[in-house]
Amino acid sequence: MSTNVKVEEKLFQNRYRVDAGRPHIQIKDEELCASECETQQCTVCCPAGCYTLEGNGRVVLITDGCLECGTCRIICNDHRNVAWEYPRGGYGVLFKFG
Amino acid sequence: MAEKFDAIVVGAGPSGNAAAYTMAKAGLKVLQLERGEYPGSKNVQGAILYSDALEKIIPDFRDDAPLERHIIEQRMWVLDDESYVGSNYRSDDFNKPPYNRYTIIRAQFDKWFSEKVQEAGAMLICETTVSDLLMDGKRVIGVQTDRLGGSIYADIVILADGVNSLLATKAGFHPELEPKNVALAVKEIHFMPQETVEARFNVNGDAGVVIEMAGKITKGMMGTGFLYTNKESLTIGVGCMLSDLKQQKITPYQLLEEMKAHPSIAPILEGGEMKEYTAHLIPEGGYKAIPELCGDGWMIVGDSGMFVNAMHREGSNLAMTTGCFAAETVIELAAEQKPFTAKNLARYREKLNESFVIKDLKKYKNMPDVFHANPQFFTTYPEMLNQAAHKMLRVDGIDKKTKEKQIMANFKQRRSLFGLMGDAYKLWRAFE
Repeated sequence: MSTNVKVEEKLFQNRYRVDAGRPHIQIKDEELCASECETQQCTVCCPAGCYTLEGNGRVVLITDGCLECGTCRIICNDHRNVAWEYPRGGYGVLFKFG
Repeated sequence: MAEKFDAIVVGAGPSGNAAAYTMAKAGLKVLQLERGEYPGSKNVQGAILYSDALEKIIPDFRDDAPLERHIIEQRMWVLDDESYVGSNYRSDDFNKPPYNRYTIIRAQFDKWFSEKVQEAGAMLICETTVSDLLMDGKRVIGVQTDRLGGSIYADIVILADGVNSLLATKAGFHPELEPKNVALAVKEIHFMPQETVEARFNVNGDAGVVIEMAGKITKGMMGTGFLYTNKESLTIGVGCMLSDLKQQKITPYQLLEEMKAHPSIAPILEGGEMKEYTAHLIPEGGYKAIPELCGDGWMIVGDSGMFVNAMHREGSNLAMTTGCFAAETVIELAAEQKPFTAKNLARYREKLNESFVIKDLKKYKNMPDVFHANPQFFTTYPEMLNQAAHKMLRVDGIDKKTKEKQIMANFKQRRSLFGLMGDAYKLWRAFE
C-alpha cells in the first residue's frame, strides 16, 4: 500500500514541553530486551514510535515524542522491563485539542 | 504545604471534576491536583459528551460550555477492504433541544468544567504530579507531590487519575492492567471549513453525525474505528485491544493511515489539515475487570475504575456519574460525622450497583470473552457481509435465487452452518 507513513510527521503537529535530560520512561535492563524478549513488541505497538529496534537486536528508547498513553508499560507484561512514571508536572505532551 | 483538606482529588478530567465540583458545592474544603499545564492538556477522548450525566451536575451547562455539534445521526459501518455495509439512524427528535449528545474537544471542555469547579470553591493546582499516596498503615492520609515539600493531607483522597492509575497500582489497590483489558486508540483531528463539514454530512447549524466502524480496518483485531464531526474539524481514530496489537506487526499509526485511505473514508477527509495526533488507552475490560473501588481513606472513580461501556462507546458519562457518587458518599458521611473507613465508604459501591453504571457493565460482562475467542467477528463476517451485498446489488443477468444460493454456499464454506448458528448463539447469550 502506498500509505506508509512516518510517525515523526504526525508528532510534528503536537506540542511538547520536553524535560531535557529527565526521561520519564526508562528501560530497566537493556540486556533483557536483546536476549530474552522474543517479539520486542514495544517497537511495533508504541503509537509514537519511541522504541526502535537496532540492527544488533537492541531496543533504543527516546521519549521526546511520547504521548503518555502507557501502552509500553502494559504490553511489556511478560518481562515488566519498563520503568514508567508520569513526566514532572507541566512537562511532556500538551494537547491542544485532545 | 502542611495544610489539611477535607478531600483531595487527583486529576481534573470528567470524573475528577465531577467529584470536586459536587464536594466543593456542598461546602467541603477540596484540593484538586492536575499534572497538565491546564485541565485537559493531558486528556484524550473521541470525543462524545452525553448530556444526561453532566446535566445532573450542572443543569445549565449549555449556556457556556464549549460544545461542537449535537448529534442527530449515527452511522454504523461494517467495512471490508473496498466497501462498507452500513446502517444509519437519523432523527429529527435528536435535533430538538435539549440535545442528548454532543461532540466536544476535550482540551476546551475540561478547561471549562474546571472553571466551574473552581467557581464552586475547590482549589486547583496544575503542573503538579502526584507521585505517591501518604499512608498511615492501611489508611490513606494524603498525597506526595513532585513539588518541593509537597506533602498534602486530607481525610479522603479520590483517585481520578485515569486509565494509567499508577497511584492505585503502586499502593496495591488493584493489580497491574492486563493487555486484554485495555484498548489502544490513536486519533487525528482534521480541520476544514465549516461548510465543507456540513455539506459532506448533510447537516446544518450545529447538527452533527458520528460514524462507528467495525470490520477489516482492524485487520482481525478486536477493535473499532470512528469518525466524528466537530464544528470545523473531523476526528478520526481507530482502537484495538492491546492483547491483539501484541500479536501484530502493524503499528497503530499505520493502521490509522490505512483506514484513512479506505475508499469510503478518504473522500470525507480530503482537503483537511491534520493538526494533532493523539493516543490513549481505553479501559475496556468491563465488569469483570473492575478493581476494588474504595478502602480506608480512598476511592477510585472514572477510567481508573474501568468505568467504560465499550459496547456502547460510553465513558465520560460513567466517569462523571462515578465522580458524583463518590462525592455524594463523602458528603453524606461528613454530615453524619462518620469516618471514611472502607466499611463506611462501601456506600459508594451500593450507589453504583443501583445505577446504570454497574447494571450496564454487568449486562455485557461476557462480551469481551466472546470477542476475544471469536476473531471471525472482525474478519470473516465483515467480508461475507460486504460480498453478499455486492452480489445482490450488482445487476448482471444472474437471477436472485441463484445469487442467494451462492451467498449461502459461501457462508457455509467459510464458517459452516454449525459455526454460523454457534456464533449467533454466542452473541445472543452475551447480549442477554
